[in-house]
Formats: sequence, C-alpha cells, structure tokens
Amino acid sequence: MAFLHVQKTTNKFKSLKNNRSLIPYLLLAPGLIWLSIFFIFPILQLGATSTKTPAGEIGFFEQTYRFQNYIDAFLASREQFYRSFLYATLATILALAIAYPLAYAIAFKSGRYKNILLVMVIAPFFTSFLLRTIAWKQILGEEGPVVSVLRAISIIGDTTTITATPFAVVTGLTYNFLPFMTLPLYASLERIDPRTMEAAGDLYANGLTTFRKVTLPLSMPGVVAGTLLTFIPASGDYINAAILGDPKSKMLGNVIDAYYFRIVDYPTAAALSFMLMVAILILVTLYIRRTGAEELV
Amino acid sequence: MRSVKRWFSKNLIRIYAFLAFTYIFIPIIYTIIFSFNDGGKSNLAWKGFTLKNWANPCGAPEICTALGNSLKIGLTSTIFATILGTLIAFALGRYQFKGRSSTNLLIFLPMATPEIVLGASLLTMFIGLGIDTGFVTTIIAHIMFCISFVVVTVKARVASLDPRLEQAAMDLYANEWQTFRRVTLPLVAPGIAAAALLAFSLSFDDYIITNFTIGTEITFPKFVFTSAIRGVPAQANVIGASMFFIALAIVIVGQVLASKRKSKV
Repeated sequence: MAFLHVQKTTNKFKSLKNNRSLIPYLLLAPGLIWLSIFFIFPILQLGATSTKTPAGEIGFFEQTYRFQNYIDAFLASREQFYRSFLYATLATILALAIAYPLAYAIAFKSGRYKNILLVMVIAPFFTSFLLRTIAWKQILGEEGPVVSVLRAISIIGDTTTITATPFAVVTGLTYNFLPFMTLPLYASLERIDPRTMEAAGDLYANGLTTFRKVTLPLSMPGVVAGTLLTFIPASGDYINAAILGDPKSKMLGNVIDAYYFRIVDYPTAAALSFMLMVAILILVTLYIRRTGAEELV
Repeated sequence: MRSVKRWFSKNLIRIYAFLAFTYIFIPIIYTIIFSFNDGGKSNLAWKGFTLKNWANPCGAPEICTALGNSLKIGLTSTIFATILGTLIAFALGRYQFKGRSSTNLLIFLPMATPEIVLGASLLTMFIGLGIDTGFVTTIIAHIMFCISFVVVTVKARVASLDPRLEQAAMDLYANEWQTFRRVTLPLVAPGIAAAALLAFSLSFDDYIITNFTIGTEITFPKFVFTSAIRGVPAQANVIGASMFFIALAIVIVGQVLASKRKSKV
C-alpha cells in the first residue's frame, strides 16, 4: 500500500513539474548567462589572441592566424610544462598517501570527535593561502628551525638548503591542497557500511585483503575526486614555485604570469594557457574514463 | 616489549593521524606565534614577545586598505554567487529538463580549469574590449568562479532532501510558493550557508585570478604577496590569525546550532 501511495504522489509531482517546464530554465538563466559571458567568451577570446602577432607598439596585436605561436611557445617553455605536470603528480601522490589514512582514521576511529577532527582538516583554509606558504618558507628557510636542527646533527651540510629547491615546491603544493584530497576521501569512506568490512573478516580475509578487496574499491569515488581536486589546481599553481622555489623550479604558471605582466606578449601567454587547459582536460577525461567515475561530472 | 609492539600496531592509524594533524597545524601555529613577534617590518626572525601588533593591526602601511578591499570584494561576490548558484542548484536538483548534461558540464568546466587560465582569459577579454580592470572586473571574476562551488554544495543538500516532505506540505493544501518558503528553503538553508562561507573564503583568499583582474588596486592576498620579497609585516599575521579564530568560531557556532536543532526534532 505504501508503495502505491508513493507511486501516486510521484505521478502528481511529475505532472506538476511538467506543467511548469519553463521554471527550470528561468532558474538556470541568470547563472548560466553569467558563466557564458565571463567564462566561455573569455576562453574563446584567449583562443583568438593565441594566434595573433605583434602590431607595432608594445601591447598591440593583430589577428594573423599564426598557429606557429603554439609550437614556438611550447618549445620555449617545454621544460616548465613538463615540470608542472611532474610536480602536480608528485604532490597528488603525496597528498593521497597522507590523506587516505587520515580520512580513514576520522571516518572509522574517531568516535564522537569526528566533527572536531573534520574542522581541523579544513583549518588551513581559515588562514590565508599565502601566509601559510610564507610560513613554510620561513620554517624551512635559512634561519628556520628545520635547517638548524638538520645541520646540527649533520644530516645536511652547511651549504645545503631546503627552500629554493623542487622539494620545497612539492611540499608546499602537497600541503596547500591537502584538504581538497582529505574531504572527498572522508565523504566516500564514511558512506561505507562497516558491516561490509566485518563480513570480509568473517570470510577469513585478513586486514590487508579486506582493505584491497572491500574498502579501497568502495572508496574509489573519493580517490578520483580528491586526486582531481588536487592535481588540477596544483598543475596551474605558481605561488608555491614563486615563494618556495628558485629559477630552476619554475612552473608553467610562472611563465604565463611573466609573459602577461613582464614581457607583455599576450599571444604567447594565451597559447600557453590554452595548451595547459586542453592538456588538463584531456588528462582528466582519460582519468575519469579509466576509473569509470563518469557520474562525478 | 611485546605489549608495546601490540599497542603500536593497534594504534598505528591514530599515530599516523596525529602526525598528519601536526603537519597541518605547523604553519598555522607558526603564523599565530609570529603575530606576537617584535620583529619590526620584516618579521623574519624571532625578536621577542609583544602585543603591539595586535594593538595596532593597521600599523603597516596599506594593510587595512587591502583588507577592506578584500572584504568588500568577498561580500559582494558571495551574495551574487550564492544567489545565482542556488537557483541553478534548485533547477538541477528538482526539475527534469532538456540540456541537463550540458548544464552540468558548464558548471564543471570552471572548476576543472586552472585559475591562471581563468585569470588570463578574463584579462585577455577585458583588454580586447578596452575595459579598465579594477574592483568591478574582480567582483565579476570572483562571482564567476564561485558559482560552480555554490552549485555543487547546495545541489548535494537539495538532492538529500526527502521529496515526501514537500509532498506532505502540498497534501496539506500549501501552494507551491508556501511549500518552498516554509518547507524546502529552511531545510536547504544550512547548505546555502555552507556554500556562502565557501564562496567567501575562496574569494577572500584568491590571489591568482585577482592579480589578473584587479589592475593597480590592492587586496589582502596581493599585499601579502608583494611584501613577501622584503618580509611580511607581523600585522599580516595578526589579520591571518584573527581570520582563523573568526572562521573557527563561525564553524563551532554552526555545529552547536545544528546539534541543538537535531535534538529538538
């Protein structure tokens, strides 16, 4: 009977919705128009600018459909291109390694402290991104505690530094995007019924097998979402490289920034931005297909 | 010895979580401690305890102008992005319509585009159209990148609502508007509040996109970044630490309110 009742009301609900089919479009219109004007249109402009060439004065360019710009830009900055994806990949793997056990502990071992621990995970968001990164610079820097201790016990030599190295840049990226990794992981782990894990144990699976065959597959949506939310901003970031790195650890973001503001070469900057976006979209699409997580989008 | 080993392996995950939290909190604690540093303008090395940075947070030149600008931009963008995003979230969560998957894609794409590309493309457009960059262009940009995050947050809340509650209201002769105002909106409100907080923190903390769209004006993140070369004044740590405590207070109050409401029902 209850089933019948639900059936009836959903029908009523449905017919009500169909009568007013204009409503969803009215709700969508303002936001989607905003996104079209200030997201889609600028991206198209970026594409158009990327094939322009200089026209006399500095800062002025004319459309000549010069697709060679892309090849030139790529060849000039291919090292930073490669480095951006390398650092972003390393930071994503490190963040996953740190965040997975953390999210697991919060989801299954924290009892009534769960909410407090979740707030602690997002706590870094409450201070400024830049202040955090600068704090790392000073902690790992020349006069900071880490270097002094490591030098005192002779793990590193007197001239070795931690900042101004790729290591510092990857550390900064890992740290800054860690909440983006932890929260989706927690969300998907928390949804797992603990009885499924107990059932695996009852069927003589040891801890590792239970994790591999039950917990990990069930938490895959969180892994996919977390890795994407870390990898995408990390690959376009240039703050960490600017503050914690040296000229040899510059990422693509630093190059784009320099082309815009210092060299005033908009076509090259646009071509690089466009390539970065397309490369990320291709990687993300392949990754989502591969992991079968289409429903995330 | 064996019992120590047993305790260790039993609590391995807790020890790991403790270490992870230590890592998370190191720079925050560092920022708070150095807000009390008597280090003069650069605040690089510890020179002694003082309260004078807290007594005079506007002591560093331009810092409070920058803070005020960031608050203005953050509040304006949050209001607009929350409204626009919530409307989209309701359309997606409550209605069947044609063009649903392209709408989802249009919401997802800005989140999958690195900030530097968003900033660069907006600047390219503003230059192309001869528009001067400043506060308005920055607010436009912030609304744009906050909308998607609002949609995702509110949509999750709308989707988790039991549709039978709305049906019950209609069975009790509430019309559609009354149902929305008295039933749907109060139930979705926590999601909207969370989305607004997220939008504000994204906007307030943004440097990369802002740097492209703000022109010669200054915001708090821009102030921190430009002063990073000579050393950030301790007043910036005071503002960072205050933001930390204010946000913490908001979250705790929200949690308490939520649990009170739960116990009432």
